[in-house]
Amino acid sequence: MTSTSPPTESKQDKRTDSSLGGLFKPIGGLFAALYRGIINVVDFVMHPLQDRLGVRGMAYVFVLPNLLIFGIFIVFPMLLNFYYAFTGGTRLFPQDRPFVGTENLETLFTCGNFFDPNTCRTDIFWRAVMNTGGYVVAQVIFLILLSLLSALSLNRKVVGRGFFRSAFFYPVLLSPVVVALIWKWILQQDGLLNGLIVALGGERVGFLLNAQWAQVWAVVISVWAQMGFYTLILLAGLQAIPAELYEAASIDGANLWQSFRRITLPLLMPTMFVVIVLSLIRAVQVFDQVFAFTGGGPGTATTYMVQFIYETGFSNQTNQYGLAAAASLVMAFFLLLLTAIQLRLGRRSDVT
Amino acid sequence: MKKVGVFLVLALLIIGVLGVQAQTEPVELRIAWYDDGNEGAVLRDLLDRFEADNADIRVVIDTVPYTSILEQLPLQVEAGEAPDMARVSAGERYRGFYLDLRPYLTDPAYWEESFPAAALQWLRGADEDGTEIHGFPNQFTVTGPYINRTLFEQAGVDVPSDNSDEVTWEQWTEAAAEVAEATETYAVAIDRSGHRFAGPAFTQGATYFDEEGNITIDTPGFRTMAQMLIDWHTNELTPAEVWLGSGGTYAPGAPFFVSGELAFYMSGSWQIGNFATNIGDAFDWEAVPNPTGPGGSTGMPGGTAFVAFAQTEHPEEVARVMEYLASVDVYREFVERTLFIPGHQNLGEIDYQTELPAAEQSLQVFAAEALKLSDQAYGLQYGSNAFAVNNPVRDRLTQAIIGELSLDDAILRIQEDIDAALAAAAAS
Repeated sequence: MTSTSPPTESKQDKRTDSSLGGLFKPIGGLFAALYRGIINVVDFVMHPLQDRLGVRGMAYVFVLPNLLIFGIFIVFPMLLNFYYAFTGGTRLFPQDRPFVGTENLETLFTCGNFFDPNTCRTDIFWRAVMNTGGYVVAQVIFLILLSLLSALSLNRKVVGRGFFRSAFFYPVLLSPVVVALIWKWILQQDGLLNGLIVALGGERVGFLLNAQWAQVWAVVISVWAQMGFYTLILLAGLQAIPAELYEAASIDGANLWQSFRRITLPLLMPTMFVVIVLSLIRAVQVFDQVFAFTGGGPGTATTYMVQFIYETGFSNQTNQYGLAAAASLVMAFFLLLLTAIQLRLGRRSDVT
Repeated sequence: MKKVGVFLVLALLIIGVLGVQAQTEPVELRIAWYDDGNEGAVLRDLLDRFEADNADIRVVIDTVPYTSILEQLPLQVEAGEAPDMARVSAGERYRGFYLDLRPYLTDPAYWEESFPAAALQWLRGADEDGTEIHGFPNQFTVTGPYINRTLFEQAGVDVPSDNSDEVTWEQWTEAAAEVAEATETYAVAIDRSGHRFAGPAFTQGATYFDEEGNITIDTPGFRTMAQMLIDWHTNELTPAEVWLGSGGTYAPGAPFFVSGELAFYMSGSWQIGNFATNIGDAFDWEAVPNPTGPGGSTGMPGGTAFVAFAQTEHPEEVARVMEYLASVDVYREFVERTLFIPGHQNLGEIDYQTELPAAEQSLQVFAAEALKLSDQAYGLQYGSNAFAVNNPVRDRLTQAIIGELSLDDAILRIQEDIDAALAAAAAS
C-alpha cells in the first residue's frame, strides 16, 4: 500500500502542473506577442527617425512632447500677455485690440510719489504693490523662522516625533480655498474665536473687518498652511549634516548655540537658499488663499498684485486686459529680479 | 467577395443604428441661470412640461452664483463659449452677441406688443431704429426698503411711514437706531452695490447725468448720501460685514434681515420671494416706500432679461423655448409662483401664489414705487454710459468707509475710474 500511494499523488501534481502550465503558457505568449508588437510599432517609427536625425537628434524627439506642453501652456500665453500689454480697449481677441504702445505701462507708473498710492493714477495697483511688499517680508521671515524652529525640534529625538512630523505637514495637503474657509469660519464676526472671546466675557473683534487685523491674519494662515512643506525641506537638509561634526564639536567643548552657529547654519545654507527663493516667489504670487479668505478687503487692505491683475482683467465692469497684462509684466520683472539675486547669492555661496 | 458583403451589411447596420439614434436623441439646450429665491425651481417645472410636449428638445439649467453671471458669463460669451440662453441682469453688456430671434418666431409682433420698448431696446444697443428681438424681460425690479416691524414693536418705536407719506433718510436712520439700541440688533443696512446706493443718492438730490448724458458724480446730494453711509459704519448702526467683509464683490444684507437682526434693510423687490420662503411669518416684515429727500423719492429700476445668444447651434429650438416661456399663460404662472413683478405688459390679472400678507403688501408697495422712478434712475439703468458707474461707486465708497480715502478723494477717484472705463470702451 505504502509503495503505491506516493506515485499516484505525484501523477496528480503533474496533472495539475501541466494544466496550469497549459493555461499560463498561452497567456504568457500573448503578453510576449503584445509586448513585441508595441516595441515593434515604436521601432517602426523610431528607427527611420533615428536614421534620419542621428542619435543626438533623437534627444529632441523625446523632449518634444514636454516642450509642446510647455510651449502651449507657458510660452505662448507669456508672449500673448506681452502683446496684450501694448494694446488697449476692452475686446478679448488680439486682432480686435488697438495698439497703444507703452500707454498701459505709463498709466501704471504715473505717480507723484511712489510711496503714497493716493498720488498715483492707478492707486489700487500701488496699494497692491505695497500690500504685497509688506506681506512678502512678514510672511517669508515668519515662515523661515518657524520652519527652521520646527525642523530643528523635529530633528531631535522627541517623544511622538513621527506624529508631530505628520501633524506639521498636514495643512500642506489642504487646498488653499479649504484653508481659507476654515479660517474664515474661525475668524468671522460670528465665528469660533469671537464666540470664545464673548463666552469669556470679552467683546467681539472684527478680525476680518479691520485692515490691520486682516493683514495679520492673511500672513498667519499662509504661514500655518505652508510651514510644513518648508519644514520638510529643512529637515532633509539637517539630516544630511554628518553627526560626526557635532560629536567632534562637543568633544571640543562647543555648546548647543555654538554648534548651531558654526555647524548647522553654514551647512544648512544651500537648503536655506532653496527655501527662501521658493517661499519668496510663492509669497509674491499670493492670491487664491487670501482671495477666498477676505476677497482682498476690507477696502483694499489685503488686495495683492495678482488680485489687482485678475480684477482689472476679468472682474471689473469694464475688462481692461491691456492694463492687467502690463501689471503682470511688472510683476514678472519683480520675480525675475528676485530669481537673479538668488542665483547670484547661490553661486557666491557655492564658491565659498 | 463574401467578406466585402459582410462588411457592407455591418456598415449599413451601424449607419442605420446611428441614424435612428440621431433621430431620437433630443437637442440639448443650456441656460445659464442664477437664483434669488425659488425661480429656478419654477422654471424647471415649467420646462419639464415643455419637454413633455416637445420630445425633441431637452433643456438643462446651469444654476451658478450671481457673481458668475456678472464676471464669468461675459468672458464666456466673448470667447465664443456662450450658453444657448441665459438670465442676465446687465443686458447691455452682451450687445452684438445676441441671437436675432425674429426669423424663428411665429409672431414677432407679439413680442413688440407684450414687452416694454425700453426693455427690448436695452438689449439692442444704441441704434434706436433697431427692431431685432433678442429676448424678453422676465422680471422687473424696483429698489426699496423693508422693515422688521416686530423689532419696531418690541422697541416701542413708531414706524415713521405709518404716520407720514414723506419720511426722510435721516428720520428712518434715527428711528431704526432707536430700535437697534433697544433690541440689540442692527439699525440699517444697504446691499453692497452701486445700483442700490443710487436710489438713495438721487433721493438726496444727486444727479449723475447732465442733459447730454455726461457723467458728473460730485454733487451735494451724492456727498450727503455717501457721508450717511460712512456714518452708519462709524456709529456701528450697520453690519460691517456687508460693505467691508466681502472684498470687491456684490454683497447682500439680506442674511441679517432674514435672521431678524436688522430693523431697516434697503434692497429691492426681488427679495420678496426670498423673504416669503426664508422668513415666512416668523416675524412681521414688510416693504415701505422709498424715503423722500431734496431729490424727491425714487428707487432704481432694474430687472433681468431672458436672452438667447447667436452662438447657439440650434436657433429654431431656442426660439421655441423662448416663445413658450414668453407666452401669456406660462409667463403669468412664472411670476405668480416666484412673486416677481412682471416685465410683460398684457398679463391681465395676476394672482400671486402666496397667502402671506407681508408678501402681498410688499408687492403692492413696489408696484407703486415703480411709478415714481426718476429720469436719473432710468438713465442709470438704461443709459449707454451707465455701465461704468456702479462698480467704482461701490468700491471707492468702501475705501472711504475703511479710511483708505477721504470722501473727497473717493469722489475724485470714482470720477476718474468712470472716465477711464468709458475711454477704454471707446477705444474698442
